[in-house]
Amino acid sequence: MSKYLVNKFLYTVDRDPELVERYRDDPAGTVEWWEAERANAVLNCHTGEASTWLRFTDEERAALAGHDHVKLFELGAHPFLTLTLFIAMFERDHGPLEYQLAFGARLKHFEMPYPDIAT
Amino acid sequence: MATVVAVIASTHHPFFYKASTATGENRPPFADEWVRKITAFRETLTRANPDVLVMVGSDHFHQLWLDNMPQFLVGKAPFYDANWYNEEREFGMPRMLLKGDEDLSAHLLRQGIDRGFDLAFSNELRIDHSITCPIITLRPEADLPIVPIYTNIFAPPLPQPKRFVQLGEAVREIVESWPSDLRVAIIGTGHLSLELGGPRQFGPHGPDPEFDRRAVEWIASGDLEGCLSEVTLDSLHAPGNATHGFMDFMLMMGVAGAGAKADYVDSFDLFHTMEAYFTWYPNGAPR
Repeated sequence: MSKYLVNKFLYTVDRDPELVERYRDDPAGTVEWWEAERANAVLNCHTGEASTWLRFTDEERAALAGHDHVKLFELGAHPFLTLTLFIAMFERDHGPLEYQLAFGARLKHFEMPYPDIAT
Repeated sequence: MATVVAVIASTHHPFFYKASTATGENRPPFADEWVRKITAFRETLTRANPDVLVMVGSDHFHQLWLDNMPQFLVGKAPFYDANWYNEEREFGMPRMLLKGDEDLSAHLLRQGIDRGFDLAFSNELRIDHSITCPIITLRPEADLPIVPIYTNIFAPPLPQPKRFVQLGEAVREIVESWPSDLRVAIIGTGHLSLELGGPRQFGPHGPDPEFDRRAVEWIASGDLEGCLSEVTLDSLHAPGNATHGFMDFMLMMGVAGAGAKADYVDSFDLFHTMEAYFTWYPNGAPR
C-alpha cells in the first residue's frame, strides 16, 4: 500500500495546469512518466534532493492509469484530492453538476465505514 | 489590552463568490436570497468596527502537505497572498493580497506555546478559501490586517475535538491579554455535515440534515458540554466524510465560551451543504 504516493500523484497533477491536461489525454503515459521522474521528488524542499524508495503497487498504478476513481476510493486515496482533479478533467464534458452527481452515483455501493484514508 | 469585539463562526462555501457575481442565465435561482443573508451577516461584523481579524481556517492541501503536516499553525508574516490556481479553476476565486499583523501573530505564538499548544508557524503562507471565503462574505474590502490560524481537519490522524475547543478558549484569552488598544474580531469557518468525493456528495441538502439541525442548536446555545458528549473523531464520519470540518466550529465555540448564546444566528439550506452563520458580541451588541 502506498496511499501516500497515490495522494502525491493526485496532489501534484491537480496543481499543475499542464499536467491536468496531460493526465486527461494520456493517463497511462502520464502515470508511467510521473512514477519514473517525479514520485521521489521531496516536495516543500529545495531541488536536488530526492527520496529513493517510493513506487506504486500494481493495483494503484492500474487505478491511476485507468482514471478509475471508484478504485481510488476503495484504496483509500484522499477523496478531496480525487474529486478536485477529476472535476478539473471531466466537468467540462457535462452539464452543471452532472459530472459530480455521476461521480457520487458510481460510489453508491460503498457503505459506512468508508475505506480508511489515513496515511 | 486588546478587546474582542466580535466572535464569528461561519461555514465557508467557495461557490458564493461565483454565485453572487453571476448575472443573467448564469445566476443560480438561490443567489439573491444567499446574497441577502450574507449582507445581513456582514453587517454583524461591520457594526463591531474591528481593527484586526484573527482568521481560523484549514488549508485544503495547498501549502500544507502530507510530508510535513502541522496540526495547528499560526501565520506570522507582513502579508498573505491568497487563493490558488485550482480554486480559480473550480470556483472562480480571485487572487488577493492581505496584510498581516505580525505583533499579534508573535503574541499568539509565544503565549500559545507557553500554554501547552506546540503551535507550528509559517513566515510565508499563501492562504486558501477557508480564510478568503469569510473575507469575501464579511469584509470584501479586504482592508484589515489578519492573523491566520490553520487547523488540521483534513489529513488524519487529527487532533481530538476537545483540543479544538481548548485551543479556541486559549485564543480568546491570549487575544484579550495582547497589550494593544486595538479591536479584534475572531472569525472561524468550518462545515456542518459535508461529503466530498463520496457517494452522498452534492445532494439536494447536506448529507445529514438531522446532524445539521443539532449542530446549529449546539453552536447557537453555546452547548459545548452537549456537543463534546456526542462528537468524537469516529462519530464525525457518519454525517459525511468531510464533516471533521465541524471541529473548526467547535474551536469557535471555545472562543465564544461555554454557555455563550450567539447574538446572531442564521442558516441557509443549500444543495450540497447547509450554510450557517453565527455572531457573538462578548461585550454586548454594538450600538
